[in-house]
Amino acid sequence: MDIMIKIFYAIISIIVATVYGLTLGGIVRKIYARAHGRFGPPVWQPFLDIIKTHGKRVSISHGIMFYLGPVFRFAGGLGTYLFIPVIFGSAIFSNFSIAGDLLLVMYFIFFGQLGMALGAGEGGHPYSPIGIARGLSQMTSFEVPFALSVIAIAIQYNTLNITTIVAAQQGGITNWTLFTNPLAVIAAMISLLGMNMHSPFSIVLAPQEIPIGPPIEMNSSFLATLQTNRGLFAAAKLVLFMNLYFGGATNLLIMVIKTFLIYMFSVFVGAAFPRFRPEQSMRFFLKWPTIIGIVAIIFIAYF
Amino acid sequence: MDKKNIKEIEKEMKLANKGLSEKEKTLFSDARPKTVRPLNKYLEKFLNWARAESLWILGFGTGCGAIELRPLMTARYDMFRYGIAPRPTPRQSCVFVIGGYASMKTIKRIVRSYEQMQGPKFVIALGSCTINGGMYYDSYNTINRIDHYIPVDIYIAGCMPRPESLIAGFDKLKEKIKANECDGMNKYVENFDWYKKNQKRVIKDWNMPDYNW
Amino acid sequence: MKQLLNRIKDKIEIEFLKQRDDLYFINVEEKHIIFLLSYLKEQEEFTHLSFLQAVDYNEYNMFQLTYMLYNYETKVNLGIKVIIDREKSEMTSIHKLWPHAWQFQRELHELYGINFPGSPRVNESFVLEGWEEIPPMRRDFDTKKYSEKTFYQRPGRYTKNPKDYMKEKLYKNFVEPPKIRRKDDE
Repeated sequence: MDIMIKIFYAIISIIVATVYGLTLGGIVRKIYARAHGRFGPPVWQPFLDIIKTHGKRVSISHGIMFYLGPVFRFAGGLGTYLFIPVIFGSAIFSNFSIAGDLLLVMYFIFFGQLGMALGAGEGGHPYSPIGIARGLSQMTSFEVPFALSVIAIAIQYNTLNITTIVAAQQGGITNWTLFTNPLAVIAAMISLLGMNMHSPFSIVLAPQEIPIGPPIEMNSSFLATLQTNRGLFAAAKLVLFMNLYFGGATNLLIMVIKTFLIYMFSVFVGAAFPRFRPEQSMRFFLKWPTIIGIVAIIFIAYF
Repeated sequence: MDKKNIKEIEKEMKLANKGLSEKEKTLFSDARPKTVRPLNKYLEKFLNWARAESLWILGFGTGCGAIELRPLMTARYDMFRYGIAPRPTPRQSCVFVIGGYASMKTIKRIVRSYEQMQGPKFVIALGSCTINGGMYYDSYNTINRIDHYIPVDIYIAGCMPRPESLIAGFDKLKEKIKANECDGMNKYVENFDWYKKNQKRVIKDWNMPDYNW
Repeated sequence: MKQLLNRIKDKIEIEFLKQRDDLYFINVEEKHIIFLLSYLKEQEEFTHLSFLQAVDYNEYNMFQLTYMLYNYETKVNLGIKVIIDREKSEMTSIHKLWPHAWQFQRELHELYGINFPGSPRVNESFVLEGWEEIPPMRRDFDTKKYSEKTFYQRPGRYTKNPKDYMKEKLYKNFVEPPKIRRKDDE
């Protein structure tokens, strides 16, 4: 019976996170529009888009992997989200946090992209392998500073459980990782830019050059699944970063404020910088953030 | 006897794909498109509302009217507030904006892109050239009536129409979608042979499958 | 520019026309064209071929080709006009002087039916895929008849004289301006 309640709570939590992630996307579009001096689309535009793409009467498939691609991608987003405790101390939003969940979450962040690569490859459009090659190479490179940062945190708190990490940061702003281990936070925030695929690192999607990249052949419900996942995955990533580096949240309001500010960081960087080429972004990730991450580990282990 | 008949009917239902070589025929689908009816009246009403509020246009500059689409994205006209957004691939978009005249070379690409779009799909034709040939009505290279080649939902007259009239056209399209009057996709399927006959009269070197799935 | 023309005149016969300060035209015979173009390109710094186009003089049974060259140093445009036979409609290819000339020649081959032997990809279709009639830019091709035959006309098309129509619709109280006597009226 206990597990049934837990599943029920998890479903509520998933719905809340998806709605939150999609709304966040709508708000960001609105902010961009206001910065351009436009009205911009309504905040609920992402929901309309999803309903519309689901409502298509015809859809073209290219084979079994083409079906499984979006499913894997969605599973990646779902897996990432389900192992992160969203709100510290809350029964509904604690999800399935277990002992080594941090490793599992890192695996799931990578998993979705791999599944997507298989599915998009079957589409047969020449631009999707280009997008996949760029996406996977960029992902491998931004995983390095992120992994180093996570190792630094694991050494610092002596655990791989997110709930414990959040618990250790409670009791005042000075207990946050942001202040106890600033180098690790810097490395991770730079890798967040790559993870969100905002402007300096948006070469993967690049709607002008390689028409939208990997999901180019995805239509109708396949695309709708990917769009839903975009909302859920964005929320999951932000909640993970909030938990690891910014002290977690004890109620929904604090969660919303903190994740919004974290997201704004990557939005502002995206609005200010032009786009990197793939090899430039790989070199960038493997240079400065990686060095910062290594220094963070050395610092936390020996000083 | 019956079995043979069914086979013959099936063979007739398949597309001939005469433009392709024997080797290419194995690579392309020869299935005929089918009419798809909506499942439920009330669900369809809701979906039509969503479709009308989220129009993704296929950015395909076929003629001089493509230049009129650009100002729509800028701060002055801002089409995003109406839920209209550009989309880079025909697979994901649902409104095909034919920007001005269609020549014999572009009508081939127009047909290909139109068939690759997933239904329900809507077509907006800009400018006098698409209506009756406009100032190029006697040209050897400009298609005079675009609605003989693909079904068109909205015509926007003008040479070229200003972005304001484009927005008015989109508004009209929204009304039509909400009233469930835009059924161009099924119209295309039902009159498939007529459309194909017209297309093949213009496109002389037909080197693609009869229906681009 | 005058010096240049004299230098050319020393070598071959040309006719010469000044249009503007930066635009000159030279009429030359067909046999001298390759010599003249390579001389202008290699010796006189006319390194850029802006375009190559044709005019169909149906009545005189000839095509006129214009090679438009540009000099980046003196900023002068120089058009070289050649007249070729319409029946034969063949011209020496210049793709070895300017590699991009193959595209112009391909276009002329398709639209005027002028052949350029040896030019790369000259037989490929440019804008008219699968064209079966005579080349459409030749003046004996009736484009209106072809349009009526191939495309579907939308009924209800009529034309008005724009001058009378504007007068009727917009300027009803329009007063004819008093006629100014000009020199050429006399």
